[in-house]
Amino acid sequence: MAYSEKVIDHYENPRNVGAFGRDEAGVGTGMVGAPACGDVMKLQIKVDESGVITDARFKTYGCGSAIASSSLVTEWVKGKTLDQAMTIRNTEIAEELALPPVKIHCSILAEDAIKAAVEDYRHRLSASDQTA
Amino acid sequence: MKQPIYFDYSATTPVDPRVVDAMLPFLREDFGNPASRSHAYGWRAEEAVETARGDVAALVGADSREIVWTSGATESINLAIKGAAQFNRERGRHLVSLRTEHKATLDTLRELERVGFEVTYLDVQEDGLLDLDRLRDSLRPDTTVVSVMHVNNEIGVIQDITAIGNLCRERGIVFHVDAAQSTGKVAIDLAKLPVDLMSFSAHKTYGPKGMGALFVRRKPRVRIEAQIHGGGHERGFRSGTLPTHQIVGMGEAFRLARLEMAVENDRIRMLRDRLWSGLSTMDEVFLNGHLEHRVPHNLNVSFAFVEGESLIMAIKEIAVSSGSACTSASLEPSYVLRALGRSDELAHSSIRFSLGRFTTEADVDFTVQLLRDKVGRLREMSPLWEMFQDGIDLNTVQWAAH
Repeated sequence: MAYSEKVIDHYENPRNVGAFGRDEAGVGTGMVGAPACGDVMKLQIKVDESGVITDARFKTYGCGSAIASSSLVTEWVKGKTLDQAMTIRNTEIAEELALPPVKIHCSILAEDAIKAAVEDYRHRLSASDQTA
Repeated sequence: MKQPIYFDYSATTPVDPRVVDAMLPFLREDFGNPASRSHAYGWRAEEAVETARGDVAALVGADSREIVWTSGATESINLAIKGAAQFNRERGRHLVSLRTEHKATLDTLRELERVGFEVTYLDVQEDGLLDLDRLRDSLRPDTTVVSVMHVNNEIGVIQDITAIGNLCRERGIVFHVDAAQSTGKVAIDLAKLPVDLMSFSAHKTYGPKGMGALFVRRKPRVRIEAQIHGGGHERGFRSGTLPTHQIVGMGEAFRLARLEMAVENDRIRMLRDRLWSGLSTMDEVFLNGHLEHRVPHNLNVSFAFVEGESLIMAIKEIAVSSGSACTSASLEPSYVLRALGRSDELAHSSIRFSLGRFTTEADVDFTVQLLRDKVGRLREMSPLWEMFQDGIDLNTVQWAAH
């Protein structure tokens, strides 16, 4: 399959690969996909007290497009508020990376990963508020 | 860019330069139609066609009168299965084959199902081999044709066609073998094998693409219905002007295979074993298919926690194929690996290395090092590898399937 230059660039030089401690303060973790489907994305965000995402990490099991999609969203979410991050749409990801139709599901997965990470962060925040 | 090292001989082989040399005169001065009986151009072409027919027959222990030229293994398989099923349709309409067959067989059988035949697709064992008891249980009084591939294209396992053929013979069932992947790799002696029809391809054995043959046994005589009509070439089995240069290429390729296969297979086995001993020192690497009952040319390996397509992207320096969904038009991982009971995840993580005539020891050593580096890099990026390292059993995780 012929990939766009952007996919190849993200695949060969992935941004922000790695992990934060799951229990670290201010961290939200989203894991989406399934091994049986050929792709699993783990996206982590680090959020400051004003609700702005200051850093992000990912690990992805999947094809080149899946790796590129998750690498791209780690760049895009940085500096955004949680609400802004939630507005990132798969179509923007697919367009930026020029994904072919058969790879659109990779961009959908990346969008889902952002949502899952934000939800996890909010869930943990409200849980810690209740215990405080 | 430098050409990648070729490890995809099961997809196709380069035409051996000696084969090219043998073919060229028949594209130039010896261009005659072998059916032309009235002049020297035709006689010369006919002589070349018959020499080639003898060379193809000799590799597989057949009589040259049992060889029918076709456009390739796909056409041979269509002619064999449809031809035998249709000829015997008053006797019965039940056909038997394996789940791990090539699409040429599976799609032919699907077409026959569409027109009223019934097909049993047998599961194979975890090692890819057919359990004979399972076959025996599937055979019925109205079973007319059994079709089994000799060597599997993805995992290289060799089916016991002698035992399968004997079961068919006892019951008067026509037995077709798809031998596209086995010529030059496994000794075939049709004088002894209980096989009625056998399909061959030229381009898997260093011959040209677009050329194949079908063995149709004369004693006991096997009857099939022709699928292509017009001119009555090939004793009515397959009409159409014979492509002399292609036929000469297949003949020369099969002649070379007969002369060289013993020595060549020893060398390739040594290289394949060197590749496996290099790769298998890595953690969580699994061989797909039986280790011994397979051709020396094939190594199908799953690298757990790494997805096949991203691995193929990472190893651009070599040309291989993957059982991963993402390398094919569909989104399903290899149906062959799934039929072995491999999990979808391991099917997605598989790479087929197929070695051949021009593979060298340096190629193998380079590949081992490349795979170690790239699998390591991708695993560092893999959340599944991280979970595995943390001791999490991935089968207990609740995945959000999509």
